[in-house]
Amino acid sequence: MISFLAKRLLEMIPTLLGITILSFLIIHLAPGKPTDVLTEMNPKITPEARERLEKYYGLDKPLYVQYGLWLKRVVKFDFGESFSTDRRPVIAKIWDTKQPLMERRLFITFVINALSMLLIFLIAIPIGVFSATHQNSFADKVTTVTVFIGFAAPAFWLALLLMMLFGIQLGWLPISGLKSMDYDTLSFFGKVWDRAGHLILPVFISSFGGLAGLSRFMRGSMLEVIRQDYITAARAKGLREKEVVYRHALRNALLPIITLLGLAVPGLIGGSVIFENIFGIPGMGQLFYMSVMTRDYPLVMGILTIGAFLTLIGNLLADIGYMLADPRIRAK
Amino acid sequence: MKRSPLKIYWQRLRENKLALTGGVMISSLFLIAVFASVLSPYDPNEIDRNNILNPPSLTHPLGTDELGRDIMSRMIWGSRISLAVGFVAVGIATLIGILLGSLAGYYGGWGERIIMRFIDIMLSIPTFFLILAVIAFVGPSIWNIMVIIGLTSWMGVARLVRAEFLTLKEREFVLAARALGVSDMMIILKHIMINSMAPVFVSAILGVASAILVESALSFLGLGVQPPTPSWGNILTSGKDNIEVAWWLSVFPGMAILITVMSYNLFGEGLRDATDPRLWRTGES
Repeated sequence: MISFLAKRLLEMIPTLLGITILSFLIIHLAPGKPTDVLTEMNPKITPEARERLEKYYGLDKPLYVQYGLWLKRVVKFDFGESFSTDRRPVIAKIWDTKQPLMERRLFITFVINALSMLLIFLIAIPIGVFSATHQNSFADKVTTVTVFIGFAAPAFWLALLLMMLFGIQLGWLPISGLKSMDYDTLSFFGKVWDRAGHLILPVFISSFGGLAGLSRFMRGSMLEVIRQDYITAARAKGLREKEVVYRHALRNALLPIITLLGLAVPGLIGGSVIFENIFGIPGMGQLFYMSVMTRDYPLVMGILTIGAFLTLIGNLLADIGYMLADPRIRAK
Repeated sequence: MKRSPLKIYWQRLRENKLALTGGVMISSLFLIAVFASVLSPYDPNEIDRNNILNPPSLTHPLGTDELGRDIMSRMIWGSRISLAVGFVAVGIATLIGILLGSLAGYYGGWGERIIMRFIDIMLSIPTFFLILAVIAFVGPSIWNIMVIIGLTSWMGVARLVRAEFLTLKEREFVLAARALGVSDMMIILKHIMINSMAPVFVSAILGVASAILVESALSFLGLGVQPPTPSWGNILTSGKDNIEVAWWLSVFPGMAILITVMSYNLFGEGLRDATDPRLWRTGES
C-alpha cells in the first residue's frame, strides 16, 4: 500500500511537469503579447517604452529560459507577480491569507464544486441503479430524458431562466454574489441562512449538468454486473431480489464509479468559469476569465497549474478509494 | 441463421424509440441546415429599425432581436454554424484519437508510454480553461473555435481505440493475417480498424453534442462565433442582454441547443447499446 502510494506520487511529478510545459508553450506561443493590451489602452506608448515593459516582465528572454525561471519559483510555491496594475503576487490573488477563509477564491470554488459533486453522487447513483433494475420501463425513460435535459441545456441558459423565475419573478432566492449587502448585521443563523440561499442556484446548476454522466455510467455498470454469473447464482439460491440488487450487484457496480471521482474534477473546475460569471461569484473561474482577457500570463499559468494539481490529487484519492473498496486489490 | 452485424444493429436500434427520435431530429436538422436559404423567411442579417425586439407574431414567428432581425431566419442559418462547429471539431478529434490510439495499441513499447502520458496530461488540464485561454489569445473566429475544440477533445477516442486494438490484436484472425505475411498497415486498417469502428462512431456522435455546448458557452463569455454571423450561442447571448424585455431571444435558441444536444446524446447512447455485444441478450445474433 505504502509503496503503491509512493509510486503514484512519484508518477505525478512528470505529469505535472508535462502539464506546465504544455500550458507554458501554448500560452507563450499564441500570437500577440501582454504588452499589446497595454498598448491598446494607451496609444501614445512608444516602442522604447514597450521594450522596457517586455524586459521588465522578462518576455524578451528565450522561452526555455522563461520557463526555467518560472519553474524555479513555482517549486517554492511562488507563482510570480500578476501583470495587472495592482501587481499583487498570484498566490495572494488565489489564496489571500489576509482575508477570512470564506472569502478566498480557491476556497469558494472548492466549496461549490465539492457540494455539487456530493449532490451529483447522492442523486445520480440511485437513479442509475433504478434505471438498470427497471431497464426500458417507462420510469427508466423518464429519468433518462430528465438527466439528459440537465446535460444538454447550456448551463448559463438554465441559470438565466432560473434567475428570472426564482430571483426576479418569485423573489425567493438571491441571484448574485455569495452574501447579501446587510450580511454583517445578521445574526449567526441569519448569516448561515444567507450564505446557503446564495449557494442554492449555483450548486443546483452545476450539479444538474453532471447528473447525466454519472447516472448513465452507473446504469451501464449495474447492467453489466447484473448479467454476471454470481448474480444468477445469488438468485438461484433463492435470495430476495432486494438482497441480490443491493448486497451483491450494487457493491460491485459501485467500484468503477470511484475512478470517475477523479475524472470529474477538471469538468467541474472548467464549468466554474460559466456559473461564477453569471452569478457574480468571486472564485477561481471568474479570476481565470479576467486573467485571460488581460493576458495576465503569471496568473493564467498559476491557475492552470493549480487546477491540474487538484485534478491529479483527485485521481490519487480515487485510486486510494478504489484500493480500499476492492478486496482483490487490498489483498495484494 | 447468420445475419450481418449491421442488420443486428439496426434491429436493436429500431426497438429503442428514444434513440430513433434522436436520429430523426438529427436528420431534420441536417435538412434545415442544407436548405437554410430556401427555408428562412428573411435575410438573417437584414436590419429593420421599425421592428426592434418584436415578440413572436405571424410575420416574425419567433420574434425579432435588438436590430430588428428575424430570429427564425437567424436560427435557421445558425444551425449551419452549430453543425459545422460540431462536425469539424469532432472530425479533428477523431482523426487524432484514431491515429494516436492505434499507434499506442498496436505497437506498444515506449511510443505507447509517451502517448499514454500525453493523454494523462491532457486529461488533467481543465480543458475548458485551456480552450478559453487560447481563444482569448488567438481571437474567436469560427475556424479557431473548431480547431481548438478538436485539439482538446481527442483523448477519449484515443483511449477507446487503444483498448480495442489491445484486445483485437491478439485475436486469431489478426494472428492468422500476420502469419500470412500481411503488412502492419493492412492489418491495422483492414482487420483491426474496421472492427473497432462502432465505439468510435458512438463517441464521435456524443462529441458533436459537447462541441455545440462548448461553442455556446464560449459565446456566453463573448468568445464564440462573432456577430453578425448568426450562431445559436450568440443569439442566446443577445438574449441574455435583453432578458427582461424579450424572453423569446433567450428561450428559442436555448431550446434549439437543448433539443439538438439531446438528440445527439439519445441517438449516440442508443447506438452504443445497439452495437455493444456485451449488452445483447443471450440468444440474439
